[in-house]
Amino acid sequence: MTTQSTTEMPSASYVAVILRVIKSFGLLRESWVGMIGAFLVLFWVLVALFAPLIAQFDPNANILPFAKPGTMAASGHTFWLGTDHMGRDLLSRIVWGSRTVLTYAPLATLCAYTVGILMGLQAGYRGGLVDDILSRISDIILSFPVLVLYIIVIATIGASGINIVIAITFASSPGIMRIVRGLTLDLRNRDYVAAAQTRGESAWRIMLFEILPNARGPLIVDACLRLGYVIITIGVLGFLGLGLPPPDPDWGGMVNETRQMAMAFPYMTLFPCIAISSLILGFNLLADGLREISLRD
Amino acid sequence: MNDIQDPVLICKDLCISYYTRAGEIPAVVDFSLTVKPGETIGIVGESGCGKSTVAMAIMQYMGANGGIKSGRILFKGRDLTRLTENELRSIRGSEISMIYQEPFASLNPSLKISTQLMEVPLAHEKISKKEARERSVQMLMNVNLPDPERVMSSYPHQLSGGQQQRAVIAMGLLSKPSLLLLDEPTTALDVTVEAGIVKLIGDISKKFGTSQIYISHNLGLILETCDRVFVMYSGEVVEEGTVKSLFKSPKHPYTHGLFSCIPLPTTDKNAAPLKPIRGQLPLPFERPTGCFFGPRCDHFEPGLCDQDHFKMEIVEGGAMDHRVRCLRYKEIDHSKGGSAETAKKALKIGKRVLNVDSMKKYYEVKDSSFMALITGKAARFVKANEKLNFTAHESETVSIVGESGCGKSTFAKVLMGLETGTDGEIRHNGKNISDIEVRDRSTKQIRSLQMVFQNPFDTLNPSHSIGAQISRVIRQFGIETDKQKIFDRVMTLLDTVKLPRDFYFRKPRQLSGGQKQRIGIARAFAGNPSIVIADEPVSALDVSVAAAVTELLMEIQREHKTTLLFISHDLSVVRYLSDRIVVMYLGHILERGTTAEIFNPPYHPYTEALLSAVPIADPAIKKRKIFLEGNLPSAMDPPKGCPFCTRCHRRIGPVCDNLLPPEQLVKDRHVIKCHIPIKELSKIEPVIQMPETADRIKAL
Repeated sequence: MTTQSTTEMPSASYVAVILRVIKSFGLLRESWVGMIGAFLVLFWVLVALFAPLIAQFDPNANILPFAKPGTMAASGHTFWLGTDHMGRDLLSRIVWGSRTVLTYAPLATLCAYTVGILMGLQAGYRGGLVDDILSRISDIILSFPVLVLYIIVIATIGASGINIVIAITFASSPGIMRIVRGLTLDLRNRDYVAAAQTRGESAWRIMLFEILPNARGPLIVDACLRLGYVIITIGVLGFLGLGLPPPDPDWGGMVNETRQMAMAFPYMTLFPCIAISSLILGFNLLADGLREISLRD
Repeated sequence: MNDIQDPVLICKDLCISYYTRAGEIPAVVDFSLTVKPGETIGIVGESGCGKSTVAMAIMQYMGANGGIKSGRILFKGRDLTRLTENELRSIRGSEISMIYQEPFASLNPSLKISTQLMEVPLAHEKISKKEARERSVQMLMNVNLPDPERVMSSYPHQLSGGQQQRAVIAMGLLSKPSLLLLDEPTTALDVTVEAGIVKLIGDISKKFGTSQIYISHNLGLILETCDRVFVMYSGEVVEEGTVKSLFKSPKHPYTHGLFSCIPLPTTDKNAAPLKPIRGQLPLPFERPTGCFFGPRCDHFEPGLCDQDHFKMEIVEGGAMDHRVRCLRYKEIDHSKGGSAETAKKALKIGKRVLNVDSMKKYYEVKDSSFMALITGKAARFVKANEKLNFTAHESETVSIVGESGCGKSTFAKVLMGLETGTDGEIRHNGKNISDIEVRDRSTKQIRSLQMVFQNPFDTLNPSHSIGAQISRVIRQFGIETDKQKIFDRVMTLLDTVKLPRDFYFRKPRQLSGGQKQRIGIARAFAGNPSIVIADEPVSALDVSVAAAVTELLMEIQREHKTTLLFISHDLSVVRYLSDRIVVMYLGHILERGTTAEIFNPPYHPYTEALLSAVPIADPAIKKRKIFLEGNLPSAMDPPKGCPFCTRCHRRIGPVCDNLLPPEQLVKDRHVIKCHIPIKELSKIEPVIQMPETADRIKAL
């Protein structure tokens, strides 16, 4: 080139990174399904963030049992969704419960993904004996019905938030490992991986910097779907009494505690159910939208 | 050819556009073509020039977002653009057939060949199954497939690539079409197989009177198969004419440029280097006004060429049907601009840097079948490389030539340390490296041995920016550690490979194939390597881009005195740039010597066949035709004697089948591995005859 443009060295700018993230979310606008999903998820995230402002009552305070939706409390506030059999405000419990779900579900998914990705990369990239061992372990775990697995794990280590994360990681990382392994098997034969090998890069660097970023498309979509499943799982665990120990608000637990009164007081069961399904729906639609966009380019 | 006969196909002023989110993209503009019965038309052009779109338009099969904007396609007097879907169905496959690039993708892997062949006449004619079968067998014989009954009862994967393509051609011909469309039918095949298919295609019109439209990027193949040729550039035809007149005197600067990009036997890397066309193909929505080729043309005249879009005109003083789309073709003198200004000095060959000494690479294949258990042979070996011997010197270009499966890539892997050799030595600057894996090599060793990869779309990591990828190499090789210095070094490398500096920030998807390959070269040369292995670096690129990349590679080699190991199947490129050539077949080196020694007798019979198979786009050059029979044997089960004995056209007897041929020394580093004595091999007349030599022989 005769005309040498003076190119400045790039400086790491957080503003640029944030702008790029916002821009990639802007792509979602092209899929209305994804937009609805993003809206639902964003709604619950905001609810969780501003829980102290939205909730008018202490979620664990026994105020007025069996109050119908719209009843006024002595304090002058309204039980918009009514109260349960122990007199706790449903709205406040749902609002505070969203914090629990939106803390433990992403945390559990993240942990499951970390373990699954590391195992999958190893199995796919190294192959041979490492692959055999890791694949057989995951086969064994996957051969149990998931629910049985959860019950065994939680029953062994006890019910608490962190133990839910551990149980979910244990049960879902083999599935993630399989996806990552498949993607790695394909990607490791690319020339750029060979190029990295021929310049003497370490195996870890190749796995994390050369292979993993190119597997991100399908993984992000799967993560969104899986987040939905994890919310279901947390709900189910709560329903089975294996979730967060009472009296902390937990959507699944709320359904469980009020299900015997569901015929007489349907709102007690209905509202937590709506909360669970709307959040799951949100994540599923978001995953659909992301897939739609990723298929387009 | 009879002019009175009605043409089979007429395309008139055809404009085809694709409609996308970004708006209308005109793919083909102002395309006119007439195909007479029995005629073979060639359409040649680089990727993205619209040649496949034309074929799809003729088939009326353009997908949801394609459409014919204006113009007509008349097939035997019927306007194809006005027919209903049902009427089209009766024409497709019966009157117009199409043959695609990849035979393994056009055959259904889960159906037998017989089912797929018989389907054609059964669908279009009311005949019995028995008759359909008879006709299919007959057709398989017509396309020169030995043992048609066996082929009929095989599944596609049981046939080789060449056999598959023959079966596909048979399928296309079964309904006795009047028009056969061939879209790069041999691109996915090996050269020796390609030669056979090309001969078959050439015979089709004679045998069946079928008209053909042959689409290719290879001018040499067009010359061998076609009667008339259309040269397309950026969606329009820039020149058309009979093969004879167009190849003899190309008028359009683009056509002329294409010829200067092909490593014809008249070119030479020092005396007469290739002249790449500068710039790159404009995107459909970035086309300039006036002549689309204007910005890349050396004869561009502002005020004339950049005005309105102009039509094709008949070449004055040329043949009646030689037409060109250029306003200045009469003024341009292509004979000027000789080689004097571009000639380069030959490189001085330096000391020996690489010594391959009886290197062997076997792959173990575990056989867990029941038979293996009984016989106790649980492991078998794939002999990928068998006793390789050759040397390479500083500043030298050594080419390794062979068809797919000959073991040339395996050798590259062992050299790079991605695999370890089974036996023997590879000495790099005196040190054996064949048994050291790359992770055990020192940084110095690693950076002095680098590689340029084949597939431009795979060579760069799509997730990282160009700058990050080259910087990483520099840091990894320990050349610089300071951020600013690394950045400066990347800039120099970008200058070296002639790319703009702001490519630093680009992602690979924003680059064209040729640009990606340049980055691949920059990456390989980042640590001043002493040896660079180039594994078919230009085979996936377009002609004009390939020429530029080839020239760049050699320019950097000149500068750095690098030893270049060039792996390729294309003998014309190899002849152009190498000093020495190694011919491989089934893991063995069959012949090695300097370029002149390889291209002149005595030849190894395989070299002879390879030379004959290379299409040359120069009608003045005469070539002896040799067609190899059969397929490449499996490396799992190679012949006991000479590896080439199953296909050799000069087989002398049982000795070939049973005894591994000796290495016969012809001259200083020219070795031929064959049972035929050198004396007899020397008597073989040259395969390729340049015009002067041809004249001399006539005179004798």
